[in-house]
Amino acid sequence: MAYDKFTVLTSTAVPLPTDNVDTDQIIPARFLKATEREGFGDNLFRDWRYDVEGNPKKDFVLNDPTYSGKILVSGRNFGSGSSREHAVWALYDYGFRCVVSSFFADIFKNNCLNIGVLPVTVSPEFADKLLDTITADPGTEIKVDIPNQKITLLATGESESFDINEYKKQNMQNGFDDIDYLLNMSDEIDAFAVDK
Amino acid sequence: MEKTTLFDKIWDAHVVKSVPAGPDVFFIDKHFIHEVTSPVAFLNLEKRGIGVKNPSRTVATPDHNVPTVDQDKTIKDKLSRMQVERLRENCAKYGIELHDLGSAHHGIVHVIGPELGITQPGMTIVCGDSHTSTHGAFGAIAFGIGTSEVEMVLATQCIMQSKPKKMRISIDGVAGPGVTSKDLILYVIAQISAAGATGYFVEYAGSAIQSLSMEARMTVCNMSIEMGARGGLIAPDETTFDYLKGKQYAPKEEEWDKAVAYWKTLKTDDGAVFDKEYHYDAADIEPMITYGTNPGMGIKVKGNIPTADGMEGSNKTSYLKSLDYMGFKPGEAIKGKKVDYVFVGSCTNGRIEDIRSVASFVKGHKKADNITAWIVPGSREVEKMAHEEGLVKILEEAGFELRQPGCSACLAMNDDKIPSGKYAVSTSNRNFEGRQGPGARTMLASPLTVAAVAVRGEICDPREVFEN
Repeated sequence: MAYDKFTVLTSTAVPLPTDNVDTDQIIPARFLKATEREGFGDNLFRDWRYDVEGNPKKDFVLNDPTYSGKILVSGRNFGSGSSREHAVWALYDYGFRCVVSSFFADIFKNNCLNIGVLPVTVSPEFADKLLDTITADPGTEIKVDIPNQKITLLATGESESFDINEYKKQNMQNGFDDIDYLLNMSDEIDAFAVDK
Repeated sequence: MEKTTLFDKIWDAHVVKSVPAGPDVFFIDKHFIHEVTSPVAFLNLEKRGIGVKNPSRTVATPDHNVPTVDQDKTIKDKLSRMQVERLRENCAKYGIELHDLGSAHHGIVHVIGPELGITQPGMTIVCGDSHTSTHGAFGAIAFGIGTSEVEMVLATQCIMQSKPKKMRISIDGVAGPGVTSKDLILYVIAQISAAGATGYFVEYAGSAIQSLSMEARMTVCNMSIEMGARGGLIAPDETTFDYLKGKQYAPKEEEWDKAVAYWKTLKTDDGAVFDKEYHYDAADIEPMITYGTNPGMGIKVKGNIPTADGMEGSNKTSYLKSLDYMGFKPGEAIKGKKVDYVFVGSCTNGRIEDIRSVASFVKGHKKADNITAWIVPGSREVEKMAHEEGLVKILEEAGFELRQPGCSACLAMNDDKIPSGKYAVSTSNRNFEGRQGPGARTMLASPLTVAAVAVRGEICDPREVFEN
């Protein structure tokens, strides 16, 4: 198993109502100097979380203990910019298994699905609804159901369906990554490569 | 027969198998690796107890993290040193070609691939770096991948990938003097926005694109990711073949003739359909500069920063936050803004034509006193040519500091950082908050505009600064 299985997640959530959160913000370049995968959670949103002296910035949501949970809800165009998969490692390591937004950048979305962080795309209206509800009531619980492809605001029952590639859906529920699939078809790949 | 695009032709020829209702198993011809996104991939291969499937299809160089001074000495930064050493160990262990620091072809990965003739039309190319799209200039499908996918390609020479939608961006007509390919692409991103091509692979076409040199085409394809595209490509033509002929890894003699015959078939059929198309007139495009914190926030140098009129909600909040970070106000002119640093380099504009451009314009001038000017050639080869052509002398006389090849201040992983609050006009590709150093304020522009800014010390239109 490449990562912890994920079928249904019920959790409170952290609201980050900012658009265009690029991967330089999620994990600044200076933290990419790693030769291992561990320890990235400490540097998630580093420069938004801490000032230059290393003191927590009071107005950043991750420093506000009233908000916590395994789900991050954010503004549109989440994860734009650099392909650094380290951004997803930082999210996973910090404790997020799901990010909700009305729009994800491509490479980031792919990286999420490879690492076991579920990117859930909802309508802009539902994203705003989630952000408003969570901000007002930090205890708000959200249920993310992969088999049924549904995200639900438990208190009210309001929900939306989300898309997920069928193949990735199976992988997420089993904690599999693509490499196991590909290693099983090694002969087929060799045959294909003959005239390349 | 069905009419297909250039993208379709290359994609379809590389699908080993399609997963029902899932991605394609996509074969990768060439895999470029560097020191930042490969260590964990190799570590995981070891954990799985498997090796690299095709070392001969893999090419490595350390570029992101390396110092741009004293490259012949031991790297001072412990973590950078470890990453570079890890790359060396892994390449030696698996027999992967490595263009190490100090070697004749060391440089930024997306600069050396084309230089060596490794990048060729019709290929599928990946690398753990989003600017892999650069190689699309040769009519290749090239895109950036994350570390898990680096591991996947090392292990199986394939990647699981869903076929993106197709977009064509046509630029026709003739661009005016002083307008470079960097301005073309900054203009297009400003029109389409930083997320406007997400989910698409772009083909650039039109007479203005066809008239570009290979290096200028690389600049355009390089920035495809900045409008959210998976990648971007340009159909190969005589310009492409002339560039490649005689390059170290280009086919030779009969192989060359066979290759060119095949490459000539690599174009979009007349009447092929794209999911989306945009058309622009090059005559509308003028020198550009970004003023905000994503590459889509660009305006003509002669223009004003847009006001927030008509913006609402989180769109407006984000916009104002961005301007606040940059220390700018909505509606104000960008010309005349004081600048502290200029940076010429990166996989976007760190090639010999870019350095020639800067040198020919600053010749006989001196940089302004308030400017620190860095030139970082994209490769040893570029550095060598710059010396041989006397460009280094011209630049140093003008007060520019020439450094050694590497990604350098583009993302400031090494010591080449812009200090907090300072303004840098840069030929690189991203102006996100803190990209060039915590608190740094980046403005993206062409080498020509950067040259003009270096001389004047403030934002200015290169057409007004230089007589020709």
